[in-house]
Amino acid sequence: MKALVWEGANELAVRQVPDPKIRNEQDAIVRVRRTVTCGSDLHLLGGYIPFMERGDVLGHEFLGEIVEVGPQVRNHKVGDRVVVCSFISCGKCWYCQQQQFSLCDNGNTNPAITENVWGSAPGGCYGYSHALGGFAGSHAEYIRVPYADQGAFTVPDAVSDERALFASDSAPTGWMGADLAGVKPGDVVAVWGAGAVGQMAARASVLLGADRVIVIDRLDNRLQMAQTHLGVETLNYEQQDIGAELLERSGGRGPDVCIEAVGMEAHSNGPQLWYDQVKQQLRIESDRPIAAREAIYNCRKGGSVFVLGVFAGLVDKFPLGALMNKGLTLRGAQQHGQRYIPMLLERMARGELVTEHLATHTMPLDEAPRGYEMFKQKLDGCVRAVFQPTS
Amino acid sequence: MRWLIGGAVALAGGMVARRLLGGAGRSNDQWQRGQARRRGPRWHVATVNRPAGDVAPGGQFPEPLAGLGDAVEIQVRPAAGGRGTEIAVRLRDGARLPLAAAARRAAGRDPEQAIRAALRESKQLIETSEVLHPDYPPTTESTPLNKPLQMATRQGRREGRL
Ligand SMILES: NC(=O)c1ccc[n+]([C@@H]2O[C@H](COP(=O)([O-])OP(=O)(O)OC[C@H]3O[C@@H](n4cnc5c(N)ncnc54)[C@H](O)[C@@H]3O)[C@@H](O)[C@H]2O)c1
Ligand SMILES: [Zn+2]
Ligand SMILES: [Zn+2]
Repeated sequence: MKALVWEGANELAVRQVPDPKIRNEQDAIVRVRRTVTCGSDLHLLGGYIPFMERGDVLGHEFLGEIVEVGPQVRNHKVGDRVVVCSFISCGKCWYCQQQQFSLCDNGNTNPAITENVWGSAPGGCYGYSHALGGFAGSHAEYIRVPYADQGAFTVPDAVSDERALFASDSAPTGWMGADLAGVKPGDVVAVWGAGAVGQMAARASVLLGADRVIVIDRLDNRLQMAQTHLGVETLNYEQQDIGAELLERSGGRGPDVCIEAVGMEAHSNGPQLWYDQVKQQLRIESDRPIAAREAIYNCRKGGSVFVLGVFAGLVDKFPLGALMNKGLTLRGAQQHGQRYIPMLLERMARGELVTEHLATHTMPLDEAPRGYEMFKQKLDGCVRAVFQPTS
Repeated sequence: MRWLIGGAVALAGGMVARRLLGGAGRSNDQWQRGQARRRGPRWHVATVNRPAGDVAPGGQFPEPLAGLGDAVEIQVRPAAGGRGTEIAVRLRDGARLPLAAAARRAAGRDPEQAIRAALRESKQLIETSEVLHPDYPPTTESTPLNKPLQMATRQGRREGRL
């Protein structure tokens, strides 16, 4: 079959790879109809996560049709139209039962890599390097879905492919950030990053009753999109003083909840960017935590900061003093999608959660390298590039 | 620039490979707490999210653990806080194969690796009724840059902190 593979740092190619096979009785094979770029892929693409092998298939946010099921798959049959959670979780271990699905004990076939780097292993993820299991990704005509009863969700007829696609990863990620950060009615919420993840976190905050939701970025097209489609306020950090604006918009308190949806390749106008880039190149720090620093600094006393952006290793100049003295709560997680996807699909069916505006560019799989280039450079207003391996 | 990143990736892959190939688990050993720490086989412990009765029904452990036979000691105890059952396994004194440790590891016949793999697989079998396999056939090719990482990945199911 055809697939988009990683050939080396910043090198992608579409080529033939072996078709996936059922390997476990709870597996299904899905024919991929839509699969989309994610900010997380950019960290892999750039070589920031050193566990990719030449030939690895990228992609983890996808929708398609089940074409084969293993003998122990109970809830799905051939022909089901499904959206699949990007994280692979068994549904049976203690973490899954606590609904912390991305921490699954049984979803990663190479747990020792992350045990050595982080102390213990999260679950597996499609197309996300050998550190997260080495599973082939979804930018391909077919994909193997382990634990299919747990990770694949039948899409209601009322929800289009275009909309449901984002129930795989960006929408549950954003929802989890707002939910686990404790957003409640009356809160002021600030979200760093107006990519799909930040936009979904902002929309979730609105739906959870926040009084004001403020999205921060420098890309005007994304900020405009957030105003139009999500009904939130925006700030452009290249044109406005973020600290002063956030204080003014929160009665001088600072936001109750700050959500970081940028990740380890954050950008900044000031000398910070240069400082972090140099350290990253020298491998003294692996990640650039610029937005995380700002979220902690600007959060109100006793407030809550949630890190949705992906970080892989070590950061520098982490404001532990502000965190401790202001009594903040800091959390982060890979997404626990299985916990939210059914609810999100219902909200999509009711029109409360719209996502199709995120798919700014849709193209055949053959053009995926061009799609990634547009997504990476944010060309032509690209928010997400969607590929259609099969129709 | 591309070269720099490639080099760094290879370096990091190599580092992990060395750690995986060279270092046994360094986890704190609760099973020896209270005793003087002595050199010798350590307990490898995993918690299974099932009551004790499901761990070894009729006294029979899942095949991967049972297959270790008399070479190991196994202890089972309920985990605190409703977390299921703890299974602890260690090599019996004197049960080591006569080969040098490094040669055993290289040949994939290190008994400590075998214990870790048996524990992980048994936990999966008890909890999910199967052992999750990686995709096959793989889509990757072997290149000089991939080599250290492929070695690390192969060891990834037998090593770690367990
Ligand atoms: N936790 C999870 O499970 C999970 C799931 C999906 C994605 N992610 C992560 O979420 C992050 C965002 O993903 P995305 O797909 O929206 O990516 P994206 O690249 O489309 O968006 C990131 C946005 O952040 C903006 N940005 C950069 N520096 C900034 C700064 N200092 N302040 C404010 N905004 C800044 C960029 O202009 C861009 O619009 C990535 O790190 C991704 O890896 C995490
Ligand atoms: Zn993602
Ligand atoms: Zn699990």
